[in-house]
Amino acid sequence: MDFEHVGKIIDKYEEKRTALISILHDIQDRYNFLPEEALRKVASRLRMDLNDIYGVATFYKSFSLIPKGKHSITLCLGTACHVRGGPKILREMKKQLSIEPGQTTADKQFSLNVVNCLGVCAIGPVMFVDGKFYGEMNPLKARRIIEKINKNNKNKKRSGVKS
Amino acid sequence: MRKIKSTSDLERWRDDVIKKEKEYETIVSVCGGTGCQAYDCQKVKAIFQKELKKKGMRERVALKVTGCPGFCEKGPLVTIHPQNIFYQKVKPEDVPIIISETIQKGRKVEHLLFEDPKAHQKITSAGDIPFYHSQMRLLLNQNDLIDPTRIEDYVAIGGYQSLAKALFQMKPVQIIEGIKISGLRGRGGAGYPTGKKWENCHNAPGETKYVICNCDEGDPGAFMDRALLEGNPHSIIEGMLIGAYAIGANQGFIYVRHEYPLAHKNAGIAIKQAKKAGLLGKNILGSGFDFDVDMAKGGGAFVCGESTALIASIEGRVGEPRSKQIHLVEQGLWGKPTNLNNVETWANIPLIIKKGSQWFSSIGTEKSKGTKIFSLVGKVKNTGLVEVPMGITLKEIIFDIGGGQQDGRKIKAVQTGGPSGGCIPASLFDLPVDFESLTQVGSMMGSGGMIVMDEGTCMVDVAKYFVHFLQEESCGKCLPCREGLKRMGEILDGITEGKGNEESLPLLEELAEVVADTSLCGLGKTAPNPVLSALRYFRPEFEEHIHRKRCPAGVCTPLIRYSISETDCTGCGACAKVCPTQAIKGEKKQSHFIFEEICSRCGSCKDVCKVNAVMVQ
Repeated sequence: MDFEHVGKIIDKYEEKRTALISILHDIQDRYNFLPEEALRKVASRLRMDLNDIYGVATFYKSFSLIPKGKHSITLCLGTACHVRGGPKILREMKKQLSIEPGQTTADKQFSLNVVNCLGVCAIGPVMFVDGKFYGEMNPLKARRIIEKINKNNKNKKRSGVKS
Repeated sequence: MRKIKSTSDLERWRDDVIKKEKEYETIVSVCGGTGCQAYDCQKVKAIFQKELKKKGMRERVALKVTGCPGFCEKGPLVTIHPQNIFYQKVKPEDVPIIISETIQKGRKVEHLLFEDPKAHQKITSAGDIPFYHSQMRLLLNQNDLIDPTRIEDYVAIGGYQSLAKALFQMKPVQIIEGIKISGLRGRGGAGYPTGKKWENCHNAPGETKYVICNCDEGDPGAFMDRALLEGNPHSIIEGMLIGAYAIGANQGFIYVRHEYPLAHKNAGIAIKQAKKAGLLGKNILGSGFDFDVDMAKGGGAFVCGESTALIASIEGRVGEPRSKQIHLVEQGLWGKPTNLNNVETWANIPLIIKKGSQWFSSIGTEKSKGTKIFSLVGKVKNTGLVEVPMGITLKEIIFDIGGGQQDGRKIKAVQTGGPSGGCIPASLFDLPVDFESLTQVGSMMGSGGMIVMDEGTCMVDVAKYFVHFLQEESCGKCLPCREGLKRMGEILDGITEGKGNEESLPLLEELAEVVADTSLCGLGKTAPNPVLSALRYFRPEFEEHIHRKRCPAGVCTPLIRYSISETDCTGCGACAKVCPTQAIKGEKKQSHFIFEEICSRCGSCKDVCKVNAVMVQ
């Protein structure tokens, strides 16, 4: 893995310690998680203790210290989504992917996340899959989304596109 | 972009923008809020762009992507100006018809108009739809008119005029006095008088002071702040400018939660534009006043909505709250006097300066002034954002605006105040909505989430939901919150699994009292509220779970089983189609049945059955 970009991110925030959370967000956006090597680089450039950075990286739920899957499935379990059947969708997703929230499938295809509110409450239950919002979900619709992604992946493999 | 150096520059700019807009015969507004994005509004916009270009109409027709007008459930929403024709549930394939019929021939497209569910009549303009009719949209109506990524649009509707008035016609103390007289109270939850907070910060000793806009909006089920910052970011910046001038601050921060990417993006664009136009930076409008705003991003921690935790987060630290013996207005961000207000509070400031304190205080009740935006969601027919004057009753919001129950199930409660609030039973729906009344019945105003619950909602499950939510979001700094909530969650888990006993409820109440009394910050202090209010109004439901091992709402899976009534089932097969575990079998047009061993008790079959043949026991 090439960590040259980490330096550029830190430069962008002028080595400000107060920009730590923004720096970590940018690193995660770039590498899909927070690699240890990147955090060591942040610690040395910001002249901070690695322990403190580790504390911040593990306190905030948006950050992940392990690589995430290629496809990100985020399920909203805010109150509005909860009363409209969000937990049923979670049960179905756990069954389909055989993982718990916060985990990634063994083939590194899917990461399942649960959030407390995506703020799209009027059309709940809501799922956020690979950057797109899906409203008025039910267990079957959710399963179809996974099936569609799997089918696309298979087609890509068959036609020789690197997935 | 031109540089605005004086009030007359600003006025000239406004005139020019309005003149330019008048050159268009038609303006098409497409909602681009997060809710409508889930319904593919971007495709609708793209087709409009393509078709208008193809027909050579771009010179005559302006296309505007606006923020959220509130009626998310009917999205994507399209409004045609100046005729003011409101189209709902617009699909990409409807766009050519709208162009050829409405824009070119002036005719309405009937199937896209809203139909009144009672009178079965088509309604042309949004204002006549019952959902909008009873609202007082002082803040949200601006969302319909502007493209949030264009500062010109905000200037055209009189944007930054209040700033000019504040800078050149008012002294800082006059502004503070004006906000005090207006009676504006913080919209983030606690309802602290805004003018008083400003005054305290103004009077605090120190050269360097800060203002912060809190858009952490963590309460699940609430999205007013997202819609405001996403749809009208310049109004927030203008509010902060006025506040900073009154308090004596030169630097501000907008803290946005990580889950709101569009709000973050639009606020960032707005800041850049305001800087370019000279409305942020040095010597604003030639007044000698300097002010700048930076963005800060959260990391998915609910506790960061708490002001001291939010400040820790801006400083780049772990978001743990601290004791508030020393107030933020004295020692806040980096130890300097800091004034923190919520998004909706800041959005009200330009309006109060423009229209006057007396005007603002004439709206609402004795102690709660102005309007409040609520996110009306859950088991109610019309869901979305509603802005109403303080003092309106819950009944008016839920039944007149919300249209009442969603499907056949009776509404039994509404949850307000998020995880710090409580559930208000339907028998109290005549209650006026203001800070005091909601607190009196064991809930609170909170930031404005209003989640409607019906007979299909289990109140024990809701109580359990909030306790687990808070247990997970507790920062873990103090013991009562960290351990107490965990134990409360275990008791509630037991009740919903049929393991409750005589001691469960007294123990739960005792623990609730200790957590509320001894926790450090607001999160822990108010954490037991959802449980206590559920016990206060829905105790028989808890007792039913404990003594009869039954869940009357049919939610708690260990206590229920599904079956299909042989006599009612028509054999349509709809249930078998939606069953995620293929647990339903049966011949076509013959009664179906459920294999209990494979049934996951998800209830999908019950949701789709048209003849109500699926039973829960």
